[in-house]
Amino acid sequence: MSEKKEALFSKKNRKLMTDPLDGSNPISVQVLGICSALAITVQVEQAFVMSLAVMAVLIFGNLIVSGMRNLIPSRIRIIVQLVIVAALVILVNELLKAFMPDVSEKLSVFVGLIITNCIIMGRLEAFALANKVWPSILDAIGNGLGYGWILVVIAFFRELFGSGKIFGLQIIPESFYEAGYMNNNMMILPPMALITVALIIWVQRSKNTDLIEEN
Amino acid sequence: MQDLVNIFVKSVFIDNMIFAYFLGMCSYLAVSKTVKTAVGLGAAVIFVLGITVPINYLLENYVLKAGALAWVPFVDLADVDLSFLSFIMFIAVIASMVQLVEMIVEKLSPALYGALGIFLPLIAVNCSILGGALFMQERQYSTIAEATAFGLGSGFGWLLAIVAIAAIREKIRYSNVPAPLRGLGITFIITGLMGIAFMSFMGIQL
Repeated sequence: MSEKKEALFSKKNRKLMTDPLDGSNPISVQVLGICSALAITVQVEQAFVMSLAVMAVLIFGNLIVSGMRNLIPSRIRIIVQLVIVAALVILVNELLKAFMPDVSEKLSVFVGLIITNCIIMGRLEAFALANKVWPSILDAIGNGLGYGWILVVIAFFRELFGSGKIFGLQIIPESFYEAGYMNNNMMILPPMALITVALIIWVQRSKNTDLIEEN
Repeated sequence: MQDLVNIFVKSVFIDNMIFAYFLGMCSYLAVSKTVKTAVGLGAAVIFVLGITVPINYLLENYVLKAGALAWVPFVDLADVDLSFLSFIMFIAVIASMVQLVEMIVEKLSPALYGALGIFLPLIAVNCSILGGALFMQERQYSTIAEATAFGLGSGFGWLLAIVAIAAIREKIRYSNVPAPLRGLGITFIITGLMGIAFMSFMGIQL
């Protein structure tokens, strides 16, 4: 074994975690996992729980798939991955139902849809199948965080402007309403989630000009 | 009949998979660069939703739901509740149906296979298919015909959405979009605006 053992948090490994936060963000750059991301960003609490759920599934999925990567025949790998992910999602769903019944109610079908969340399949395919266990875990944490922060930011703006609350607490004072301020009900409706994401992308890409696409 | 048409129209326009629930967004964004491929994928989605929703409906009502196993003779299974297994069963049905449909289409109609072929495997992980199954479970349709109408309607709504965005994206290539918004950003904004337009269908009853 001439290969030198890599430190747990070597520069390369740290990069695995920090890259998905900005330069290769799963939502705004890789365009993965939009499916279930937008519908649950009406309130910060839901977005937060959803991000945690996705992150948990992603970490354990990456861990298992990367651990089994030499055993899975490549012809049936999609089905194997789906079964692993589906089993993890069932666990998450049962935990949510048991400990957070009201959030679980609001998330409705979107917990189940984590199974087909493209982030998870995408990371399993692109990373866990070809890498060792530890880098895969870091990659999962990084992508989970990258997904989570976008979700929470969207939810923050939608909840703040849509109902004047954050985490269910009234933020915009009563006196504003008396002075004629009104909640923007538009923000609660689904289309505004898309437009908020577009604005985040706009800000991100005007800072990081490498990401600009061809028209 | 009236009910069926109502469910169909409702799932095409009001509960549109893309505009109201953002399901199947990944392939919607990735495959909407030209109208031709968009039509291919859309047709494949209608096809697969039209098949998997009724099958999952049967599975839900005769195997998974609480008390669904009461029809089994000789053993008393009336209080068995397998609903916690529904995710894994639905996804298994979807993955295997997609595989099966692919093989049948390849055998029977090579022309259709040529058109749909590359899209079919993609569809197994399209959120709108699993979403269709889960919404069917949540909304508890009372007959298999209703579930089928819902499946076909959702698929059709998805086709409508992806063809519309593809047509717009073909044209937008010639306009002067602010550089950071090019590609993904402007597609999101247009989808949002289309979603607002679709909201005007809300409350339609036939």
